[in-house]
Amino acid sequence: MFFRIALLVLKKDFAIELKSYEILSTTAFFAVSCVAIFSFAFVKEGQAVEDAAAGILWIAIAFAGTLALGRTFERERYGETLKALLLAPAPRPAIYLGKLLGIVMLLFATEVLLVPMVAFLFNAPLFDRPVLLLALLALGTIGYAAVGTLFAAMLVRARTRDVMLPILLYPITIPVIIAGVRGTSALLQSPPDEPMATLWIALLGFFDVVFVTLSLWTFEPLMTE
Amino acid sequence: MSFDFDRVELADVSRHFGRRRAVSHVSLTLHAGDIVGLLGPNGAGKSTLIGMMATLVTPSSGTITYGGTPGVRDGASIRARIGVLAHELHLYPELSARQNLDFFARLHGMRPATVVNDALAGAGLTDRSDDAVSSFSRGMRQRLALERTLIHAPRLVLLDEPFTGLDDRAVRIVSDRLRALAAAGGIVLVATHDLDVADGLISRMAIVRSGRLLSDAAASSGLRRQYRALVEGA
Repeated sequence: MFFRIALLVLKKDFAIELKSYEILSTTAFFAVSCVAIFSFAFVKEGQAVEDAAAGILWIAIAFAGTLALGRTFERERYGETLKALLLAPAPRPAIYLGKLLGIVMLLFATEVLLVPMVAFLFNAPLFDRPVLLLALLALGTIGYAAVGTLFAAMLVRARTRDVMLPILLYPITIPVIIAGVRGTSALLQSPPDEPMATLWIALLGFFDVVFVTLSLWTFEPLMTE
Repeated sequence: MSFDFDRVELADVSRHFGRRRAVSHVSLTLHAGDIVGLLGPNGAGKSTLIGMMATLVTPSSGTITYGGTPGVRDGASIRARIGVLAHELHLYPELSARQNLDFFARLHGMRPATVVNDALAGAGLTDRSDDAVSSFSRGMRQRLALERTLIHAPRLVLLDEPFTGLDDRAVRIVSDRLRALAAAGGIVLVATHDLDVADGLISRMAIVRSGRLLSDAAASSGLRRQYRALVEGA
């Protein structure tokens, strides 16, 4: 029942996105623009500032994630469909999980564009350790989206939601962003510092367990007025 | 066997939002077969009462029980027997009528193949079933939203202004539908300002003002006169 409802919500979000590609296109465009602008500032004569690539990759993911979270829940605000989801005879955390999976997939799709672009513009060897990079991106995205989905759902009825979301989200997700940046920097060293990257991956895994568990636990009381 | 109930009881229910008192010490019992009109001026607390009965809003004090079971104890089972049509229609405008009904049917554990076509026919939207809801008129959306509300055959049906945007024929169809639901043992609560439509439809009227229940009595003809006497004379 739990996972059936989560998948149902995910499929519904996917079906809506397929009608317009609105959130994917705006999120991807924003992330790509962000990286392009940073490349003008941090790349001089073909040489990027040290460690800039890792920071810019994760800043772009965080900013694009905020945009995607806002737009995704704006859809649920219109017509108050989030209330309809909460009226379903299902555990309410299943609704949260479905929304979280949708945001994570959207960010993964954005990262498919972002990572090669950062590698190219910043001359960064991001693909030298693809499995470790994949683990960093996957765990970092899940951790960031786990907190973001909870806050975006909480703020869906707030008039100041567009301002409040980043104000609440960025301080809480700083550990995830730092772990992502430091782990990616370790991979970009010559030679890549695999033990350090693995340590940050383990920390990201820990953050994910904490954030997802807390979010699943608090979703129902936070969403009931 | 799934959870079911034949009455909903609100016992001394209050709800405050900060210092604002939206609902104050309301006690009310709804029985199977009732069509209760929840009447009152704007800001009287009707939507908050509906939200509490729908398990979306937690009472600040008092209890709501469904056949004796508190709403807080068995939320998912109780929600399986509740249908809500609110001011906002709870429809995804990007999706077609069929996709909306299919989604909500599955959300309630129904097999869409058996219920979606009937619901589309009930809404008179069989010909437009694959059109996006955003292309529908307000009346068409309202009819679709009503079918969405009823798709899982709920025991308790909570309707907030269900006649908005409907033409005379659609009002008659919806009214007949609600009478049939009540006759089949449903508990129907209709919050409306349309006293002409409510007159002859509702079997009881609960009048609220400033969050308080002013009257809970059998409805008789001349509803507008009774309403004015109670609300404007209070």
